[in-house]
Amino acid sequence: MALHATYRDVGQVTVIDFGGKITLGDGSALLRKTVRQLLDDNRSKILINLADVDYIDSSGIGELVHAYTSVQNREGELKLLHLTRKVRDLLQITKLYTVFDVHTDEAAAVRSFR
Amino acid sequence: MAQDENKHLEVVLDTQVESVNLAEEMCLRVAEAAGFDEEMCYRIGMSVREGVINAFHYGNQERPDKKIHLALDITHEKLVIHVMDEGKGFKLNDVPDPLAEENILSTSGRGIFLMRAFMDEFDVVSGKTGGAEIIMSKWLPGAVNAPTNGASGADGEKDSGKAH
Repeated sequence: MALHATYRDVGQVTVIDFGGKITLGDGSALLRKTVRQLLDDNRSKILINLADVDYIDSSGIGELVHAYTSVQNREGELKLLHLTRKVRDLLQITKLYTVFDVHTDEAAAVRSFR
Repeated sequence: MAQDENKHLEVVLDTQVESVNLAEEMCLRVAEAAGFDEEMCYRIGMSVREGVINAFHYGNQERPDKKIHLALDITHEKLVIHVMDEGKGFKLNDVPDPLAEENILSTSGRGIFLMRAFMDEFDVVSGKTGGAEIIMSKWLPGAVNAPTNGASGADGEKDSGKAH
């Protein structure tokens, strides 16, 4: 399934709800475009909800890392919410699970932003 | 299964993004038919995806005049997958370790690592096209000669000393 994205503001945090696959091509491109749009709009507290993303490849992982460093470079914060098992496993074996701030509760995740 | 029941499938793919999905779908069907469970099919599909991405991007440099050669062999004990590009080839030892501290935040370079983590056997050799040929295999469920230590390719830590 092609990736789709919507975003909403919860206080000062922008939550992006992704659904589908984050893979080479349109999926990775949409992730990059969405985060770039938010940064251009000076929204740099970003929570990415991956509850409906059950597939991600190395291109998608790379795009998540790119998003993370892009937001950090703008002195913002990017966090992850609701990882599916496959995505969590991939982040664990690539040792990225400890790089990202990963949450299982949206309200707590929103409160954790500075 | 007797030796003469080995099966061979070979396709030549264009160097385009769509080939990645096509190759994955095709291999998933073969893996399902060979009796792999859902989790193993996922790992095989992901490995094929990463192999073809590698050929598409690094090997063929996304040049549409070059082809990606995909071959599958099912023997009586394993599924063997070959992905060959028409690039310049590479050596596994030259691939940076994505788990190294200085590479953790790299936006690329995890494909080889994932293939090694998800498959039981993995190697890169010089292909007959002059490019790289990735050869990876997964033991069939119930294969009598399958090694007992990590035949599932489960955790990414197997073979970790050489992981890239």
